[in-house]
Amino acid sequence: MTLLDIASRVIDLVAAASPGAEAEVLAEGGELALTRFANSFIHQNVADATTSVRLRVHLDGRTAAGSASIAGVNSGPAHGFAPPAAVDDDALGRLVARTVAAAHLAPRDPQWPGLTAAAPVDPVPPVDPDTAHADPDARAGRVRDFVLAAGGLETAGYCSTLSLSTAFANSAGMSASSVTALAAMDAIARSGKADGVARVASSHISDVDGARLGARAAAKARSAVSPRELPPGRYEVVLEPTAVNDLLENLAVYGFNGKSVNEGRSFVEVGAAQFDPSLSIVDDPFDPHGFGLAFDVEGTPKARRTFVDAGTTIAVAHDRRSGALAGVPSTGHALAGASSSGAIATNLHLQPTGGLHAGEEEVAGPVADASVQALVSQVERGLLISDFWYTRVLDPRTLVVTGLTRNGVWLIENGEITSPVQNFRFTQPYPQALAPGAVLGIGSHSVGIPSNQWDVLAYRAPALRLASWNFTGNPSG
Amino acid sequence: MSEFDTPAAAVQGALDAGASYADARVMHRRIESMNARNGEIEELNQHEDAGIGVRALVGSGWGFFAIPDLSDAAARLAGERAAAIAAASASVPGPAATRVPAPAVSGSWASECLVDPLSMPLSEKGDLLVMLTSAMKSAGADHAEGSYNVWDTRKWFVSSEGHRIDQHIRECGAGISATVIGEGETQRRSYPSYRGQYGTRGWELIAELDLAAHAERVAGEARELLTAPQCPSKLTTVILGSEQMALQIHESVGHAIELDRILGWEAAFAGTSWLDLAELGSLRYGSELMNIKIDPTIPGALGSFGFDDEGTPAAACDAVRNGVWVGVLAGRDSAAVAGLDYGGSVRSDGWARLPMVRMTNVGLEPGPHTLDEMIAATDDGILMDLNRSWSIDDKRLNFQFGCEIGWEIKNGKLGRMLRNPTYTGIGPQFWRSMDMLGSEVVAWGTENCGKGQPGQVGRTGHPAAAARFTGIRVGVTG
Repeated sequence: MTLLDIASRVIDLVAAASPGAEAEVLAEGGELALTRFANSFIHQNVADATTSVRLRVHLDGRTAAGSASIAGVNSGPAHGFAPPAAVDDDALGRLVARTVAAAHLAPRDPQWPGLTAAAPVDPVPPVDPDTAHADPDARAGRVRDFVLAAGGLETAGYCSTLSLSTAFANSAGMSASSVTALAAMDAIARSGKADGVARVASSHISDVDGARLGARAAAKARSAVSPRELPPGRYEVVLEPTAVNDLLENLAVYGFNGKSVNEGRSFVEVGAAQFDPSLSIVDDPFDPHGFGLAFDVEGTPKARRTFVDAGTTIAVAHDRRSGALAGVPSTGHALAGASSSGAIATNLHLQPTGGLHAGEEEVAGPVADASVQALVSQVERGLLISDFWYTRVLDPRTLVVTGLTRNGVWLIENGEITSPVQNFRFTQPYPQALAPGAVLGIGSHSVGIPSNQWDVLAYRAPALRLASWNFTGNPSG
Repeated sequence: MSEFDTPAAAVQGALDAGASYADARVMHRRIESMNARNGEIEELNQHEDAGIGVRALVGSGWGFFAIPDLSDAAARLAGERAAAIAAASASVPGPAATRVPAPAVSGSWASECLVDPLSMPLSEKGDLLVMLTSAMKSAGADHAEGSYNVWDTRKWFVSSEGHRIDQHIRECGAGISATVIGEGETQRRSYPSYRGQYGTRGWELIAELDLAAHAERVAGEARELLTAPQCPSKLTTVILGSEQMALQIHESVGHAIELDRILGWEAAFAGTSWLDLAELGSLRYGSELMNIKIDPTIPGALGSFGFDDEGTPAAACDAVRNGVWVGVLAGRDSAAVAGLDYGGSVRSDGWARLPMVRMTNVGLEPGPHTLDEMIAATDDGILMDLNRSWSIDDKRLNFQFGCEIGWEIKNGKLGRMLRNPTYTGIGPQFWRSMDMLGSEVVAWGTENCGKGQPGQVGRTGHPAAAARFTGIRVGVTG
């Protein structure tokens, strides 16, 4: 029984229970496996195989959503998701009955935007079977490679694989299914109190090279020993891709969020040149190295969309509800249970200046690769930042963010790394850091960044050289 | 047939596949949430799931596998999968895995619930949110939001050591907030906190909040904040209200005393801790007024339970006594590594997630002062309350927190309202500066504590009272 069979069956059950009701169903199944290590040994090693069904019903002007786990998934010795051979029709019936009952009792929903009309979806890149069916030994082997490559330094992190199948059907005739898979490694090496990090996420597990990542993390850690304390203030910075990813996440949640734009909570103005003209940002679920589904939870087909073109915002993310209020179609960015928080772009890619692999050669020292080194060499005096941590928004409209540096900061003088620096706290309006004239350089290639495990974001970013970053504290306070 | 048969089958499956220890939890969860905005219902979600999670130990390696299938055959296979994963862990082995001894317990526990929140009519709950958000909108809010959340969890735990435990925990809470849009910024006021107040109680908790009595006030204060003076940048005396103190405890004490962080098990993600086990029992964490307890037995508090998720009965212990660090949040395995003799703080976010060290209720014991006495004793300072932003480093030392609202204090009296109040500090320096502590403790509930990979959301409790701190840096801006 396919997931699309399950979704279609639920639509039939709704039609029988409440003729005329509008209904949409999302059936999802997947296996998430994550091998976690600390103190250089595997201490947590987990996997779950789940199938769930989400139903949203609109009837008599009222809306309710219900969801449930579904029994019967693959629980045998095979690895990776396999749809259930059969599904308990009574369980689907109970979901339908309680969701329809809830819709009858819910207050009226005058903003209901209607269902997605039937439309074709573009296929996402085919799934790599080695990724989708990776076994515990495949993950443990990469962990072992990372640990060994760190050359005796203490290590910690994870290697994960995810296979995800999704099917959608609604009572307006839209139906589609999509399959994707992702492998990721995100880990540190530790030299005394100094940490170095290396990360990668890819649709192909063969791109996850534990030995290369371990060596990179160890090189960073060794270069970060005995950091000096510098005074807070404004510094020119080179942000490595993992730090740039934080900018993209906050821009997506608070800036390019169509609902926030509708409500005046976002700084973004469509059509305005709010960013440096060197910046272009696209949302691309079809990236062959990324992790994308062909449609969103409302069944809207995904498309490659440009959000920022040469510094000018030309689109924001909408679901059907925020799109209707803005007078534009959904952009295919609806998320489950996110009516309050709004639509979020899931596959942002800040465009690099070179080709796919331009400048990804290893270099000595703490710099991530040759692409970042090229930016460092242009800095007269500034800081190289590996990572941001615990960033929080003080005000969503100005997008003033406070957070800390993590996993390595270095002083750059006359184009050379001269010393490690202790971590800073910063308080920085993100739009200001990317404003016209503020971006001094963009890395030649971008890196797929592992999701933080809380969401389905799959972003790619190059390094950035920025004219100014506002550091407001150091370890002394 | 008993509900324990399925987890018992999973445990047996793991043992037959070579595990030296195994435990399993069957869980059945019902979750309901509703959000309203500007007088209209924005979202109603009802979720139900059931499944089993199995933990197996093979050699020194742990494995965990979870499925939403409660047949005995599926449970047994899940146990075998957990054992196979544990065997793979042994390829990058650590020291021998030990656990502090725990007697096999058979028990049952349920949280007190006077009014079942899932039995309340949806129309009644929806009408409440519509009324509240309409009132805030009418009183000047540009965006008036209200929400409630309900969790109803039943779980059955079995271990190969003989545990047989079932629990039924009902949790709920609600809150309202008003946002106004100004020139280039937003201001927000909430009640009783941004996401609301939560506990292991029934709908009576939400009724007692009396949200309607505060709707107009929060909208008016949000509008007033737009024209209030900016919080100044300076060193000063700060009084924090009890809701902000709950956040302060959660971030700068609760996470810091998690033993898995102290041992480095979270080094790559959540982080480590500035605390060193060698100083347990001697390190001065804060002033003499600082007494922090770990107590999962508090009736109605959000972090309460009868047994943790590896079968340890709930029990209270000290974390900080008279300002000295004396205790940690621990599990059986982490405690054994640290040479301690207690666990009791291992929890999981559902059947599909591995139990790990989490906060239960971590909170302050009351002090001798009233809020009025603190204000009266302050010549120059700022009163801040209700958290708006929070950021802290990976060792739980360097923090910067923002509040929704502040008030100037001059010569022992409250003065002007201040907007965008923030304060920053280093954990032990900050806590050592606490010179006055309130006597009125509220057990605040935090329903969104994130930790772990894959991510887990925990619900924790934090008894807290208003407190005064001296020499604090305030007003950091971008």
